[in-house]
Amino acid sequence: MAWTEDLPIISIKDVHKSFGDLEVLKGLTLDVRKGEVVCIVGPSGSGKSTLLRCINGLTDIQAGSITVEGLEVHTPNLNKLELRKKVGIVFQQYNLFPHKTAIENVMMAPIIVLKQNRSEVEKRARALFEKVRLTGKENDYPGELSGGQQQRVAIARSLAMNPDIMLFDEITAALDPETVNEVLVTIESLVADGLTCVLVTHEMRFARKIADHIYFTDRGVIVEHGPPDVFFSQAKDPRTKEFLSRIL
Amino acid sequence: MAIKAIPGVNLPNRSDLPVMHSFCEKYSAPGHPLAFVHFLDSFSPWVLVCGIVVLYPVLVQAQTGSVKDGPFQVLWRWIPLLITSGFASNVVISFWTMALGTIAGVFLGIAQISHIRPVRILAKLLTQTFRNSPWLVVLFIVMLSIPDQLRVFGHVISFPDWVKSVLALSLPIMANLSEVVRGAIQSLPTSQWEAAEALAFTRHQILWRVILPQCIKRMMPPWMNWYAILTMATPLVSLLGVRDMIAIARFALTAENSRPELLFPFYGFCLVTFFAYCYPIARLTIRLEKRFAVMT
Repeated sequence: MAWTEDLPIISIKDVHKSFGDLEVLKGLTLDVRKGEVVCIVGPSGSGKSTLLRCINGLTDIQAGSITVEGLEVHTPNLNKLELRKKVGIVFQQYNLFPHKTAIENVMMAPIIVLKQNRSEVEKRARALFEKVRLTGKENDYPGELSGGQQQRVAIARSLAMNPDIMLFDEITAALDPETVNEVLVTIESLVADGLTCVLVTHEMRFARKIADHIYFTDRGVIVEHGPPDVFFSQAKDPRTKEFLSRIL
Repeated sequence: MAIKAIPGVNLPNRSDLPVMHSFCEKYSAPGHPLAFVHFLDSFSPWVLVCGIVVLYPVLVQAQTGSVKDGPFQVLWRWIPLLITSGFASNVVISFWTMALGTIAGVFLGIAQISHIRPVRILAKLLTQTFRNSPWLVVLFIVMLSIPDQLRVFGHVISFPDWVKSVLALSLPIMANLSEVVRGAIQSLPTSQWEAAEALAFTRHQILWRVILPQCIKRMMPPWMNWYAILTMATPLVSLLGVRDMIAIARFALTAENSRPELLFPFYGFCLVTFFAYCYPIARLTIRLEKRFAVMT
């Protein structure tokens, strides 16, 4: 069945994932629609990051199914290039390539993977630097940039592949409180462009402001979900209430 | 049932016998990868200069009691040949061996982490075989098994002895560098692989564009360490008839009627030459190692 825009862009059905004997995802089901911003919150170790890694096929699943724009992710004959052109991911630790300058980090994938013309890629990369507000830092090496700047380079690096969906894995968790905001502002501008975003985050105030839908996970299952207003003011499950009272 | 106490097994290893401890436990442990250059580096430059300038001539003079040409005059006559066709061929052999061994070692190191099981097993087998066999034995086997000439489609490819020795010596170098490469690749955080994979790089692209360029810095100190070791080992080829510095020194001694008082000046000169070549490499290796240790 061909995928159309009125179907969920990401469809996760009853996904189970274990590391050895430890089951981290115990039957998760959730849909993300095109242009939607979904935040996944929950205590540490509840499988949030693992779920993101499953969505772009960085790690495999034991049961269930994940489709991205109709593309089944967990089959042996997955076209990885096809999937990863659709889905970008930004990590907590930035994971920039330390031997390349900031702009080379952004330009590498389009040039090497998509075999695009170097000068056009460079033009786009400079535009992306403007978007993440790092103009002037193009030729710095990652080691010369602050955490917040590195994280924005990492965002630009993912955007250079023109993904339809961006996954953000606790991208402000390793940052100083002062630099968190500059990264969040960058994400807001992406959301304003209509990019589909899935965020795993501990920034509750930001999640409330930006999300269309919030999922609360604990011990590998979705405990509760809903639009931010409902989720934050009328949580029903005791586990959600306890989590919110601790974090807010 | 009570188990008998055995020191070193279920008791702390203590002995009342005299035990010799190595002069510097930290580096001279046989397993330490840079033990050799650390040994070289442990000499202070001034001790060495004094040794070369003062001790060497004194010892040479002490051996001399003859009215014929003094040993230094004899040595002086031979020095140009010892250097230009002797030591130069050691350097050439070490250079080509290192080049060949490095290229082969990089591929073998990569093969050691291949996802294809037979490739991985074969690479590990090759690496361990040549890492753990005496260089001289490898040298004998290769020198005696390669023909002098090979006829391929009417072209004659000849293998002079020095080419054969390069091929032979590059095998242990390949194996040891294979381990260096594997170690460097595995020392990089897996998050680098993950980040590149998420950007749709293939495994091949990740390895050559992201991982290996970052490994070069880490591999420099052990690589130079192996170059110094290799250069020290090149006189082995004189045993198989390649005209290196040691072979020429032996030849010269015979030509000078094998006067016993010439032994020390000639072999001493060889030693000093090799030392003068390898010592700066060792110093540089240690400096790079310290610098990278601080950086990472």
